[in-house]
Amino acid sequence: MIALLMSSSAMAGSGHDTDGANVPFSPSELIMHHIMDAHSLHIVGDIALPLPIIIYSSAKGLEVFSSSNFHHGEATYNGYRLEHEHIIVVDSEDNLDEAATAEIIDFSITKNVATLLFGVILLIIIFTSVAKSYVRNEGKAPSGLQSFVEPIILFIRDDIAKASIGEKHYAKFMPFLLSIFFFIWVFNIIGLIPFFPGGANVTGNIAVPIVLALVTFFYIIRNSGKAYWIHIFAMPGVPTWVLFILTPIEILGIFIKPLVLIIRLFANITAGHIVLLVFFCLIFLFGDGGNAGGGFGTAVPVMAFTIFINCLELLVGILQAYVFTFLAAIYFGMAVAEEHH
Amino acid sequence: MELITPQIGLLFWMTISFLTLMFILKRFAWGPIMGALKEREDSISEALDQARLAKEEMDKLHSSNEKLLEDAKAERNEMIKEARELKDSIVAEAKEKAKEVTDKEMISARENIAREKTAAVSEIREQVALLSIEIAEKILKEQLSDGDKQKQRAEDMLKDLELN
Repeated sequence: MIALLMSSSAMAGSGHDTDGANVPFSPSELIMHHIMDAHSLHIVGDIALPLPIIIYSSAKGLEVFSSSNFHHGEATYNGYRLEHEHIIVVDSEDNLDEAATAEIIDFSITKNVATLLFGVILLIIIFTSVAKSYVRNEGKAPSGLQSFVEPIILFIRDDIAKASIGEKHYAKFMPFLLSIFFFIWVFNIIGLIPFFPGGANVTGNIAVPIVLALVTFFYIIRNSGKAYWIHIFAMPGVPTWVLFILTPIEILGIFIKPLVLIIRLFANITAGHIVLLVFFCLIFLFGDGGNAGGGFGTAVPVMAFTIFINCLELLVGILQAYVFTFLAAIYFGMAVAEEHH
Repeated sequence: MELITPQIGLLFWMTISFLTLMFILKRFAWGPIMGALKEREDSISEALDQARLAKEEMDKLHSSNEKLLEDAKAERNEMIKEARELKDSIVAEAKEKAKEVTDKEMISARENIAREKTAAVSEIREQVALLSIEIAEKILKEQLSDGDKQKQRAEDMLKDLELN
């Protein structure tokens, strides 16, 4: 609750700071700002952690410097400027150089990348320590974190992997299925934590589901058997003229499968963040123009509703992790299926 | 539109970090965890199998015990029966022997009695004869002291002899 209040006050602060005192409060700008990536890691109030900027351009090569050099978009550094969290190239008169801007590639450690690295390290620490306790507690009942994770691992193994892929092939997909499940779940939760080191919309940023789906796609292709391709190009037991319709659909299906994974995860998580932020914005919309009573009056029902949505998002967080893992397992099951005719 | 345009930087870092994460977890977490889980499940199912085997063994033992018990009972009954028969035969034999002995004793006793009796009778007879002789002597002496009577007697005797 306190954390939510803190983060909401921070949002309001950032909204007003950038827009100036007399500019009306713009919820859509605030929401987009919080959902999109940023070049600094906001901690609390006006305190933000500057992040390294890494830019590659064919003209200047690789450049690395701190994002604090931009002074929140107010200063030009090395011919670069930060404009709405995008790095643009400017000429000596501070005018946008579109051709040069199109050429640079931004490899910066952004808010999302920093959170990503943090989460990955967290995952590695958690699961290597769980693995250690398996070695330590060999032949004994699980204890501590191990007993929390074990039912989930067993669920993924027995009810997702074995059920969808089959006893024969499931083992080689287990590392991937476990990794995506815990990856998505942990980052969904990190995204729901409103203060440092959470708050970044990692799984709701389209790039993350894209990579997860691409890895899934490569797994499907790499492990697909003969039967899988036969089912795509020449579905057995179907008249030839139907194949002319079916085969293109099936070929599209190869690509639709990962696409569905991307859109589902991205849309669910981003929508959750937007809903939460919209409710917070209500407070500031009602309290805008010095109407403190309106702001505080709205805050009470909004808080109640936000807590409800937050609980819902916790559920959505694990549900989307489950759905992604389950669908991936079903696709793997299709890929390794053997001829039954 | 910006929302659904992936940034190359994030794609790059995401690919690297996710593949690294998967590699490290596969090597240092999922491998040992899945191995340990499988091992534990195997050991549990093995223990269950062993328990079932032990139960079967127990059942087998139980039935063999029962058989043993039955055999033992039968043997005991047999033994008791034999013992009873033996006892009966011993008793019968003893009875017979006792009877024989008593019979023999009775016979010898009877013989003894008979012998004693004959001896006694003969002795009595002897005594009676002696007594009779004595009596006769005394009578004779008395009679002979009285001549008439003697004469009378002699005549009576003679009379008897003649009658015979």
